Amino acid sequence: MIKIVSTVLYLVFAPVFGGLLAGVDRKITARMQGRKGPPILQPFYDIFKLFSKEAIVVDHLQNLFVIGYLVFIIFTGCLFFYGGDLLLAFFAITLAEIFLIMCASSANSAYSSMGSQRELLQMMAYEPMILIVAIGFYIATGSFSVGEIITSQTSAIATTPGIFLGYLYILTIKFRKSPFDLSTSHHAHQEMVKGLTVELSGRTLGITELAHWYENTFLIGIIAIFIINATWWSWIVALAVCALAYFMEILIDNTYARVKWKVLLNSSWIVAFGLGILNLLALYYIK
Amino acid sequence: MSFASKSPWLIHYDGSSCNGCDIEVLACLTPVYDVERFGVINTGNPKHADIFLITGGINKQNEEVVKQIYDQMPSPKVVVAVGACACNGGIFKECYNIMGGVDKVLPVDIYVSGCAARPEAIIDGVVKAVALLDEKSKSISQGR
Ligand code: SF4
Repeated sequence: MIKIVSTVLYLVFAPVFGGLLAGVDRKITARMQGRKGPPILQPFYDIFKLFSKEAIVVDHLQNLFVIGYLVFIIFTGCLFFYGGDLLLAFFAITLAEIFLIMCASSANSAYSSMGSQRELLQMMAYEPMILIVAIGFYIATGSFSVGEIITSQTSAIATTPGIFLGYLYILTIKFRKSPFDLSTSHHAHQEMVKGLTVELSGRTLGITELAHWYENTFLIGIIAIFIINATWWSWIVALAVCALAYFMEILIDNTYARVKWKVLLNSSWIVAFGLGILNLLALYYIK
Repeated sequence: MSFASKSPWLIHYDGSSCNGCDIEVLACLTPVYDVERFGVINTGNPKHADIFLITGGINKQNEEVVKQIYDQMPSPKVVVAVGACACNGGIFKECYNIMGGVDKVLPVDIYVSGCAARPEAIIDGVVKAVALLDEKSKSISQGR
C-alpha cells in the first residue's frame, strides 16, 4: 500500500518539487551574483507560458521522441519511488536520455546536433559511475531493490563514502550545471545557444522542462537513499544532506567556468575509477 | 489566465546599430537593473523568444535576417524597436544603404526612443511589450 501511495505522490508532486527547486535555484544564483532574482514561482510561470504558446515543429518525429523522453523519465521515477529495482531504473533513465538525443539530432540543425553529440559524450562520462553506484548499493546492502536498501540496518553511505562522492561529482553533469553544462545549459546564451533544446519550442520545450523536473527529483532521491536506513531520524539527516548537496551544486555552478569535453571525460572517469572502483574493492575486502 | 506576461523571454538582434544601444540592452541584465526579476531571459534563440528586441536600422543585408528571425518566433510575439536608429533610422537615416527604421520590414509594436536608449527606457519598453503580449495571447485563445 505504502508503495503505491509513494508512487502516486511522486507522480503528482515531483513537478511541484522540481519546479520549486528550480525557482529556489534561480533565486540563490541571482543572490550569489548580487541580483534580486526572479520570484520563486518563476519556473511555473515559464512552463505555463510554454504550454500556451504555439509549437513550431521542425520534424514531427520530434514530438514522439520528446514524449518518449518524458514517459521513460516518469517510469524511472515511479520505479524508484515504488521501491523497485535500482538497476532497472538506471537503465530506464539511460533510455530516456537516448530519446532526448534522438529528438535533438532529428531536427537537422547545427546547434541541436552539436548539442546531441555533446550529450552523448556526457553520457559516456557519467555512465560508468552510475553503474558503480548500483553495484555499490548491491554489495553494501545485499539488494538492488530500493525498498530493501532504505530498510537496511546501516546506511549505505557507511560503507560507500567514495561511491557517494563519485555520485555527487557526476550529478553536476546530470543537473546540467557549470562546469559540465556542455550540451545545454540553464543559463541562456552559450556558444551554441541552447544546444539540445534549441529547436524545441512551445509545448515541446515545456515537456522537456517537465521531464527535467521529474528527473531531478529522482536524482535527489538517489542521494537520499545513501543515507536512509531503518531508523526514522535517518530521513531527516537525508533531507539535510540532499539540501546541502544541492546548495553545493549551485555554488559550483556559479564559481566555475565551463570546461572542455576532454577535461569532463577524463575527470569523471578518474573519479569513477579512483573513488568508485577503489570503494568497490574495499567493500569486497571487508564483506 | 495568461502567463505570457510573467515570463517574457527575449531575443536581441543588433541591426546596423552603432553598438551604443546594444550596450544599454546588456546593461539591463546586469545586477544594477536585473531584468530577470521580471522573469525576463535573454534567450538568443528565436524559437524560445516572446519579445524581439531590435537595435539599429534596417539595411539591405539584414532585412532578410530580421524577417527570418521574426518568422521563426512562435506566436504570440511582440517587436520592440530600441533607440532612434531602430525607430526611424536615426542619425544614419540619410545613408545610402539604410532603408529606415525596423517598421519598414516588420510590424513594430513598441518604440523606445533615445540615442542611446537608456536602460530605464528599455525596461519600460519591455514592460509595455509584456502587457501587449498578454493582450495578444488573450485574443489568440479567444480566436480558437
Ligand atoms: S540610437 Fe544612437 S546609440 Fe542607438 S544605435 Fe542608433 S546611433 Fe547608436
